[in-house]
Amino acid sequence: MLYSDPFETLLQLQQALDSFRSSSWLGTSTSGAGGFPPLNVFSKGDDIVVVAEAPGLKKDQLDIQVKGRTIQIAGAKTVTYGDGVSLHRRERTIGRFSRSLNLPVEIDADKIKAEYRDGVLAIFLPRAEQDKPRSIKIA
Amino acid sequence: MAGQELEVQQKKEVESQQEKTIPARFYVPPTDIFETADALKIVMEVPGVPKEAVDVKIENEVLSIEGRIETTNYNGLEPLYTEYPIGHFARSFTLPWQVDQQNITAHLEDGVLTLTLNKRPESKPRRIAIQ
Repeated sequence: MLYSDPFETLLQLQQALDSFRSSSWLGTSTSGAGGFPPLNVFSKGDDIVVVAEAPGLKKDQLDIQVKGRTIQIAGAKTVTYGDGVSLHRRERTIGRFSRSLNLPVEIDADKIKAEYRDGVLAIFLPRAEQDKPRSIKIA
Repeated sequence: MAGQELEVQQKKEVESQQEKTIPARFYVPPTDIFETADALKIVMEVPGVPKEAVDVKIENEVLSIEGRIETTNYNGLEPLYTEYPIGHFARSFTLPWQVDQQNITAHLEDGVLTLTLNKRPESKPRRIAIQ
């Protein structure tokens, strides 16, 4: 196995992500753009995948709701240090968050799946059957 | 404290003291450092890094931590709209003499890496008995 291969993949991925920075795909419909958690939205075939980095949350501190085409992600992040400690450096942030996004496509609300692993939240949004593009055969 | 709105921290790219030889960007993980009676604790946020991809090294009194994210999760995904960059994480710290370099433990949970750097016995606070 070549040592550099997986990392070249990462560089390509980094460049691909850069070129979609604040793309117009969501239009102006994302409330709290720039809010926590920052979101990356991907397509996977016909479906949509929303990914967010939110380290150190507990599953019960995360609330994901879907209504129509709108997804809301809310919760709170806390950090505990314990008693009697002396703090040398503090860079991790804490607080409440809530943001919603309006997808420009229809999704099948019954088949949505969410996964939280290694501090990364991924929400899988299958596109509604009636919204999928159809190819038209020429008779 | 939990009442405040959580603000987004822009990811900071590593300005390397030691340059990386691999062609990808690294980021500096937000880190808390605090001291208890027995240990110095370093807590850093490394979302997307699995346990087996964390390297902790000590060389010449410098503790270096590297965490690599799992890129295979992104196979088959095409970006549509992005707000944050992704990349591996790296950071290093010079260890104070009080730390027992043979006695460091690491724990990773939900993208949060906690390093416990136990203090040398001679650097712990002692009560002096009056004779």
